[in-house]
Amino acid sequence: MSSDLIVFLVLSLVAIVTAIVMLLHRNPVYSALFLVLNFIAVAVFYLLLGAPFIAMAQITVYAGAIMVLFLFVIMLLGAERLPDAKVLRLQRPLAYGLAAVLAAETIYLLLTQAGSDLVVTTPDASLNTMESLREIAMELFNRFLLPFEVTSILLLVAMIGAIVLSKREKGEPK
Amino acid sequence: MVPIEYYIILSVILFSIGVAGVVFRRNPLVIFMSIELMLNAANLAFVAFSSVLKSFEGQIFVFFVIAVAAAEVAVGLALIVEIFKSKRTIDIDQLNSMKE
Repeated sequence: MSSDLIVFLVLSLVAIVTAIVMLLHRNPVYSALFLVLNFIAVAVFYLLLGAPFIAMAQITVYAGAIMVLFLFVIMLLGAERLPDAKVLRLQRPLAYGLAAVLAAETIYLLLTQAGSDLVVTTPDASLNTMESLREIAMELFNRFLLPFEVTSILLLVAMIGAIVLSKREKGEPK
Repeated sequence: MVPIEYYIILSVILFSIGVAGVVFRRNPLVIFMSIELMLNAANLAFVAFSSVLKSFEGQIFVFFVIAVAAAEVAVGLALIVEIFKSKRTIDIDQLNSMKE
């Protein structure tokens, strides 16, 4: 068993276990923290796949900014102290069934249709340098310039939307 | 040397866990986190293919997905805070005022 495969298996175990704990934990604060752990495991996958830029974006944007926002809102609402309401009767088995069917379908498809010899090799050192970053930037700002600008407008609109939603009307009591 | 299938299977498993979370959790914050998990699973598949095909396009799509997820979370959390302020609850089973 190659060292690549061992690293892959250990990391995927971490990713799957943290995702399941995120799903099942009653306290949303712990859910958020386990999701951060999951994002960090996925970021290490990105490094293994030779995508250092995406790995760093993952850690700063996802594990940093987005999850801090989540924790802030959870604690602002006191969501970890909300009482448990009763669960609808079929909800839980339905959810597990749906997820299991989805996973089984795709894995069956992969097992029957597999046979490609595509293999992820250890990225050579050339991928983890400034050179690859430069190539991504050239691609992003030449071929993908329009989507990039649309994304910036989208973020601006989202920011204004969030402000408008949480702004008090004039004269509205606190 | 890890076959690409392994990455796809991991991605599918994470995506399915996200689906289960969206269907059965009733706290909208945890539902949002499950959606993030699903986006993340898709990103993993994107980067795996990008690495195998030696192309940067998959990574650029992942960049866009992360930006859109950030926008979605900003607006979604603002909505959740507003709903909590007007209804004093965020349990989605209680939020059926459009039914009445």
